[in-house]
Amino acid sequence: MSLQHCLILSALLFTMGVMGIFLNRRNVIIILMSIELILLSVNVNFVAFSHYNGDITGQIFTFFVLAVAAAEAAIGLAILVSFFRNRATIDVEQIDSLKG
Amino acid sequence: MQVVDVIFYAFATITALAAAGVIRSRSPVHSVLFLILTFFSTAAVFVLLEAEFLAALLVMVYMGAVAVLFLFVIMMLDVDFATLKEQALSHLPVGLAVGLVILAEFVVIATQSQAIPSTAAATAAPVANTLAIGRVMYTQYLYPFEVASLVLLVALIGAIVLTLRKRERGAKRQNISQQIARTRAEAVELVKRQPGEGA
Repeated sequence: MSLQHCLILSALLFTMGVMGIFLNRRNVIIILMSIELILLSVNVNFVAFSHYNGDITGQIFTFFVLAVAAAEAAIGLAILVSFFRNRATIDVEQIDSLKG
Repeated sequence: MQVVDVIFYAFATITALAAAGVIRSRSPVHSVLFLILTFFSTAAVFVLLEAEFLAALLVMVYMGAVAVLFLFVIMMLDVDFATLKEQALSHLPVGLAVGLVILAEFVVIATQSQAIPSTAAATAAPVANTLAIGRVMYTQYLYPFEVASLVLLVALIGAIVLTLRKRERGAKRQNISQQIARTRAEAVELVKRQPGEGA
C-alpha cells in the first residue's frame, strides 16, 4: 500500500464515473451518481496525499468537497423532481426547451 | 506483503467492482445500493490512510443522507426506467474508449511520478485525527468553514424553493393579511330581536 496504489484506486473511481456518464446518457439519476463517484475519487486523492505528505490540509479540503457534494446532490435532485413534474420524464435528451 | 496491504487490496477491489456496479446495474435502486457499498469501502480505505474522522463523515453524510435522498427520489418519481436503458449499449464503445484512455493516462502519471517521498512514518500524527483537523479548521480555515455552512444553507433553501409547489385546487389555505385587515364593522353584525321572535 503506497501512494501509487491510492492514486490508481482514485483513477479507477474517476474512470468509472466518466464511463457512467457516457453509458447512461439518458438517465439523470445515474449521471448524478457518476458525479458523486468522480467527487469521491477526488477525495481519495486528497486523503492519500494528505497521509503520505504528513499534511492535514488535504483532509480539510476533503471536508469542503464533501459539503459541496452534498449540496450539489440536494440541488440536483430538487431540479430533477421539478423537471419530472413538468415533463413526466427524466430523459436527458428531453431537456431541450432552451434549444434555439 | 503485510496485513495492511491485503486489507487495502480487498477494499480497493470492492470499491472498483461496486463503482462498476453503479454504472452497469439494471435498476437504479441497485445502483444506489452499489453506491453505498462504494462509499463504505472507500471509508475503510480512509481508515487505512489514518483519516478516521473523514471515514466517519463519509459513512454518516453519504450513506446516511445522500444515498437515502437518491432512494427517496427514485421511489417518489414514477419513472419508466426501461425506456431509458434502451440505447445504453450503443454508447458502450465510446464510453469504453474514453474510459480506457483516461485510466491509462492516470496510471502512467501515477506510476511515473517519484517526486514525493513517502514521509508518513516521520510525521505520524501525535494527536487524534479529529483533534488535529479541529485545531486547523477552526483557526486557519475558519472563514472557508463558514462559507461551507453558507453553501449548505443556500442548498437547503434552494432545494425547498425548487420543489415547493402551490396547489391551486384542493387545499384551503389561510390568507393571513386578509384576516388581519378585517375590521369589526365587516366581521360582526348586531341584530336586535324582540323576545320570543328569535330562531
